[in-house]
Amino acid sequence: MSLFIVNILDGLVTGLLLFMLCSGLTLIFSMMGVLNFAHASFYMLGAYFGYQISTYVGFWPGLILAPIIVGVIGAAIERYGLRRVHQYGHVPELIFTFGLALLIEEVVQFFWGKSQMAFEAPAALKFAAFSIAGNAFPAYKVFMIFIAIGVFLVLLYILTKTRIGMIIQAALSYPETVQNLGHNVPLIFMGVFGVGTAMAAIAGVIAGPVLGTFPGMAVLLGSIVFVTIVIGGLGSLWGALLASLLIGWLQTFAAAYNLRMADLLTAIGLTEPADLAQSLLSDLWTLTLPQVGPILPYLLMIIVLALRPQGLFGKRET
Amino acid sequence: MLKVRDLNAWYGKSHILQGVDFEVGEGEIVSLLGRNGVGRSTTCKAIIGEVEPAGVVEFQGRNLAGMKPYEIAQAGIGYVPENRDIFPGLTTRQNLLLGLKPGQKDGDGAGRWSMQDMFDMFSNLRERADVDAAVLSGGEKQMLTMCRTLMGDPQIIMIDEPTEGLAPKIVQQVGELLERIAERGVSILLVEQKLTIAMKVSSRVYVMGHGRIVFQGAPAELEDNPDIRREWLEV
Repeated sequence: MSLFIVNILDGLVTGLLLFMLCSGLTLIFSMMGVLNFAHASFYMLGAYFGYQISTYVGFWPGLILAPIIVGVIGAAIERYGLRRVHQYGHVPELIFTFGLALLIEEVVQFFWGKSQMAFEAPAALKFAAFSIAGNAFPAYKVFMIFIAIGVFLVLLYILTKTRIGMIIQAALSYPETVQNLGHNVPLIFMGVFGVGTAMAAIAGVIAGPVLGTFPGMAVLLGSIVFVTIVIGGLGSLWGALLASLLIGWLQTFAAAYNLRMADLLTAIGLTEPADLAQSLLSDLWTLTLPQVGPILPYLLMIIVLALRPQGLFGKRET
Repeated sequence: MLKVRDLNAWYGKSHILQGVDFEVGEGEIVSLLGRNGVGRSTTCKAIIGEVEPAGVVEFQGRNLAGMKPYEIAQAGIGYVPENRDIFPGLTTRQNLLLGLKPGQKDGDGAGRWSMQDMFDMFSNLRERADVDAAVLSGGEKQMLTMCRTLMGDPQIIMIDEPTEGLAPKIVQQVGELLERIAERGVSILLVEQKLTIAMKVSSRVYVMGHGRIVFQGAPAELEDNPDIRREWLEV
């Protein structure tokens, strides 16, 4: 039971981290109608900027400054890059964001090299917040949970309770009509893009010390982010939250429980071949749950796409 | 107030508007009539800047052609598109509030209209103020889109096919609203295919055909001109 609780908490950390990336990406998707392939790259930039700033003035200023810098870069890329490409249609936009992802990775390697940075959690948070049956739960992870929930609540408040949030929601459905009512929609879109990338950067700064700050971190998380928003339903904030948590838990539990395929196969009445090493099915019999863990999100995506192509919370496009 | 001179517009390579000229005076109701596909809606879109125009769109002495839609709206031109784009997920009240321009406040007396006025005119909107506007009926949606644009206090409002697909009783309500709008000194450019309301409320009418104006005059003159009606209006 105590292991279960630890996994619930660990999964929550992963899920909420994922959500900070997915919420921005899904908003940007609803707005542009195109997936931003470079989204996870902004997460990586956040981690590197956070690290660089932390070497001068410590972790906390980095947590504030890095997302602001990345948000401004994101807004500038929307304004001077994507907006120009937009008029040529979706395919050039996709290619643009794809190229941007490659460019950011190269830039990161150019300045910081290929090895992992020594980005560490702040000393103030290097203690065990509590322990469950001998498993210490680090204070830093508690901090990550609070940051992510805080970001979610602020986002939810802005989107549902403020005038600017109303304009954003309306502009997601009918940008032209909103513009005809006298609202500067291009400016709002630039802002959403900037805030979305800044949120990815916050995730980067807080994840950097735990998951590692290295040039492959964007690619590593990038594909999972896409899987998550497809499962949640493109454009849905609640879908992104649910899918992020689902995937967070799925991955954590798969890694923690050493279930063996052999047990499952014997349970359904099959007998293990005597000479397993020579058997054609030896790979199947020796498979364990932690081994299949990494592919479970993709499997879940295939199941969701087959049963509900618009995703859990998505509205089907006509 | 609004003078359109030699307005041209293209969709890709098709030349949709081929030199449209007309004008709407202060507090005047003017109708733009014609069959489907002659360029009436495109005229509105070119004026508001949704479609890139060539030519002159002079509004209160200033040429607006080439400006962005939100700048044109802020200059005082309101536009109610025919597709009744109600923002889903937002309530009737929130939809109305979105009509307010940046810096405008509801009910401060600075503009001609308040949300209260809208609710007084259409009690249905008051009753359904706090429900998702996506569930309103066709007629209520039409009222809501017109009221939403009015909330922004335009000096002129272009309304595209407000009576399309509505029951006769609602059509009559639309007609009454048009008269109230004009009473408060707002000019109206009414775009219609059917003549019922247009002939009753307009002081002048223009008929469009093939991307140009083919007739202009008072409603009575159009009434007396069966050739124009047969050639350009009747289906």
